Amino acid sequence: MIVTTTKGDMDDSLLEHRSGEVDNDNEFTTWTEYWLDGELVHRSVHVTLKKMPVFAGAEAASF
Amino acid sequence: MANTQSMCTSFMGELMTATHNFGVAPIRAATTADTFKAALYFASATINASTTAYSTTGEVTNTSGTGYTAGGVTITNGTAPIATNSSTTAGVAYWTPTASFSWSALTVTTAFDTVLIYNSTQSNKAVSVHTFGSQTITAGTFTLTMPSNTTTTGLLRLATT
Repeated sequence: MIVTTTKGDMDDSLLEHRSGEVDNDNEFTTWTEYWLDGELVHRSVHVTLKKMPVFAGAEAASF
Repeated sequence: MANTQSMCTSFMGELMTATHNFGVAPIRAATTADTFKAALYFASATINASTTAYSTTGEVTNTSGTGYTAGGVTITNGTAPIATNSSTTAGVAYWTPTASFSWSALTVTTAFDTVLIYNSTQSNKAVSVHTFGSQTITAGTFTLTMPSNTTTTGLLRLATT
């Protein structure tokens, strides 16, 4: 697979691949990295937000 | 039958479509939906509930390349807000963009952790702030996937309790 890197397009067989994820109450995030001789040459991130700002609390006043 | 005090759910939905005006409102040039945008901000920025409008202060800039454009990306708005009653006293009005926010061929090596949604039609007025774990991108893609457009998970929700 060809990977876009800071060195140009490279075959992934030439690169060290690292990946990971974060899954918590706020987000589910996955990341993919490719390294070349100890240098980070590609990093992509995909974030899915889970926890939205809260607007709850609207009410009509009593008389 | 009996009467029940409540904020009307339809009202909350209509707030999202600018039907009501209790004060001074902008004169609208059209009845079509406004254009909303999403901009990214560095973790060092100060974007929060007191933010009133989009600003370039603290906004993400490219470390190299041109993957990020000031102002961010235009939000795909394919579904109008929905207002749903959950009981005689409660309801939810909600809206969610219909496509992810995505930046490709991006290199930003300073940590960023926030996206600001704002209304570019109405003088870039702020709508909401969403944070996530700090990220950097190197010759890659950054994607923010939208949640499901439901009463409990929609991106923007106005709710009575």
